[in-house]
Amino acid sequence: MTERDRIIRESHETDVLSAFEGDVPVGGRTPAAIREFGGKYLPALVSFIVVILLWEGLTRLFGIETFVLPKPSEIISSFIETWDVVWSAGFKTLFEAVGGFGIGVSAALVTSLAAARWVGFREGMLPIAIAANATPIVALAPIFNNWFSITSPLSKMAVVAVVVYFPVMINTTRGLLEVDPSELELMRSVAATSTETMRRVRIPHALPFLFASLKVASALSLIAAIVAEYFGGPQDVLGQYIINRANLFQFPDAWAAILVASILGVTFYVLILGAERLFMPWHVSLRTRE
Amino acid sequence: MTMVVDARGVGKVFGRGVEAVQALADIDMVMETGDFVSLIGPSGCGKSTLLRLVADLLEPTSGQLLINAKTPSQARLDRDYGMVFQSATLLDWRTVRKNVELPLEIMDFAAEERSRRAEEMLDLVQLDLFADHYPWQLSGGMQQRVAIARALAFQPSLLLMDEPFGALDEMTRELMQQEVLRLWGETGISVVFVTHSIPEAVFLSGRVLVMTPRPGRISSEIVIDLPPERDLNTRESPRYFELITEVREALRRGES
Amino acid sequence: MSESAGKTSSSSFIRGGLSILAVIVVFVVLWEGYKFVWTALEWTEPVDPSDRTLPHTWDIVGALFQPAQRNGPILLFVEVKAAMFTLREALVGFLIGGSIGFWLGVFFVRSQTAERAFMPYVVASQTVPILAIAPMVVVWGGKLDIPQWLTVSIIAAYLTFFPVVINTMRGLRSPQPTTVELMRSYASSPRETLWKLQVPAAMPYIFTALKVSAAASVIGAIVGELPAGFRGGLGRDLLQFSQQFTAAPEKLFASVIIAGLAGMVFVGAVTLVEHRLVAATRRQST
Repeated sequence: MTERDRIIRESHETDVLSAFEGDVPVGGRTPAAIREFGGKYLPALVSFIVVILLWEGLTRLFGIETFVLPKPSEIISSFIETWDVVWSAGFKTLFEAVGGFGIGVSAALVTSLAAARWVGFREGMLPIAIAANATPIVALAPIFNNWFSITSPLSKMAVVAVVVYFPVMINTTRGLLEVDPSELELMRSVAATSTETMRRVRIPHALPFLFASLKVASALSLIAAIVAEYFGGPQDVLGQYIINRANLFQFPDAWAAILVASILGVTFYVLILGAERLFMPWHVSLRTRE
Repeated sequence: MTMVVDARGVGKVFGRGVEAVQALADIDMVMETGDFVSLIGPSGCGKSTLLRLVADLLEPTSGQLLINAKTPSQARLDRDYGMVFQSATLLDWRTVRKNVELPLEIMDFAAEERSRRAEEMLDLVQLDLFADHYPWQLSGGMQQRVAIARALAFQPSLLLMDEPFGALDEMTRELMQQEVLRLWGETGISVVFVTHSIPEAVFLSGRVLVMTPRPGRISSEIVIDLPPERDLNTRESPRYFELITEVREALRRGES
Repeated sequence: MSESAGKTSSSSFIRGGLSILAVIVVFVVLWEGYKFVWTALEWTEPVDPSDRTLPHTWDIVGALFQPAQRNGPILLFVEVKAAMFTLREALVGFLIGGSIGFWLGVFFVRSQTAERAFMPYVVASQTVPILAIAPMVVVWGGKLDIPQWLTVSIIAAYLTFFPVVINTMRGLRSPQPTTVELMRSYASSPRETLWKLQVPAAMPYIFTALKVSAAASVIGAIVGELPAGFRGGLGRDLLQFSQQFTAAPEKLFASVIIAGLAGMVFVGAVTLVEHRLVAATRRQST
């Protein structure tokens, strides 16, 4: 495996769903491939259903109180009953998440290009970015609430933007820089300008890194939006809804909202996956199981 | 005298049914103590597979294979052989000394004994000054010498080498070949040496087994009747070039 | 950083210190510069440069040395204490989650059946965004009479164990096939192969995960402290100073700085341990 593949693989570090990715066969949708995919996951699916049934059964049997452990049936019925409220809150939060994602990623892309181009900038920015990544960025939420008005979605978007900015910037810069020296020499030998080198060599090379970080960022953005909401703001967003329901011990309602958050998160992730396949159809073959 | 290697009709098939691949077929090979045998052939002729059968890293699917008159498994459990691969496979978190001690630790040697043997081996390959260095501080050739020292640390009767110098430059390669011959002379160990390089095979061995692919077979055996003491002069002697030509022609014949 | 192993540690330390100083200076210049320019031009977007929303940097630092409450200890003291409280919770969870993650990783690599059976659950556990539901979990725990700090530690453990499992597995499987063959040629037992080859090989991977988890644990701890009634940690203090913003904005900024430092200290500590155990013996490409 080449150095580059290793780096790509490792940049999936804490990326949850990438643990599954390698199982999607390269052949895509052939019957054999689907059967193979199903064969691997059918047992897990079956045992999942069994667990849900057991959960339901045992909580009923032992009369476990709702506040200790809600039953799946209660969660589902709450989900259906509060459908409108929960989804409307979900979409408001999604708006904050996507907005912040957009701002953060754009800023990250611009700074990455600058960092790749100018060494001085890079040597200054990268260590800051790495250090900032280690800090609890959500602690900025109260500051943004005060700067951008606690009721405005912008205050939450700002938190998401900062959270998303650092990993995307770090990874994209890495991708732009860690190009095979021989490719760079090739460009020099045909007297390519640094802009052309950027376009033809660095940017295509950086795409896998970029998408890896976008996948992480998509998951982070929804979570960051919800967490930012915990620091105060309008009541009709997911974060406030969850904490309000929890404070009233209405846990099935809270779980229903979490279910919405998970669905939105996975959907966002899958959209990025789709974008990745669109932009880099050749890359899928790199992700085979070890 | 025991046969170090005694292979009769050995074969190896990978996979099953429609996808089965016959990597080796009808391998007959004998080696006596102190022999130096090379396996040479084009890619895919199964020479590395054969080496791994001897090492009990793979199991034959047919035929009989005895190492020191035992099954390969038993020979492995008895630690009868040491192995050197193309990449030095040194553990980069251990010093050179600790790398050489690795097999000794696994074989439950006492600490003093381990230390003593490691020193001895590093002396033998002339790397005693680097004992406390880390692998990344050493050149490729030096790393391979450490790998060889490690393979000999527990004094096996057989040394298996799988294209050990393939990753080195030509000059280092020739130096390393000289080293291996020296070690072989001093320790009397038996060696099975897999290589791509005709001059290397001729320079080092007593016998060269030429292999052909699809399925892997030994197509000819060429006895190298160069004097046992070999050096730079040997590399320039007429007989050396004749033997190289013989091996080359045997390889060509095998391919047609 | 191939020149490590003690030779340049003191000079690189000084260099590191100087670059941190440089960063701080640049930051202060930008901050005060923004205030100055925006005030002169009477602009208020995106952030109002008045002292009420954007206090001077020296006022923020000064606030650290003022009493947090009337006649109480100085803010710095209070916040560091809160940071220690939060870090303790994070640390307990981090250690527990890290150990569970490591052993689970070892188990899954040893037994393919176990991996097939349980890995989907491990992955599924992470689709529940625990950070997002941390406050709810704390309320839930409170109802079950679990002490708040324990619930927060459990949250930190949950955040830590997944990356550690994944990276432990990756690391344990990372040695080259020839090295594994080498161990087999020594008739090494599975346990010996594990401890002499796989675990040392896995260390860089494990520490990568631990550094990420360290940051996540601190965030999880802070977020878990947000529900009403939680005393003593950074989360509550941040909320409180947020409410006091109009009266004393410097206090919020000051405590945010302390919170940021707390995260850096934690990750820094893990990095130091990593340097001890890992980097010194290998040529590392950061």
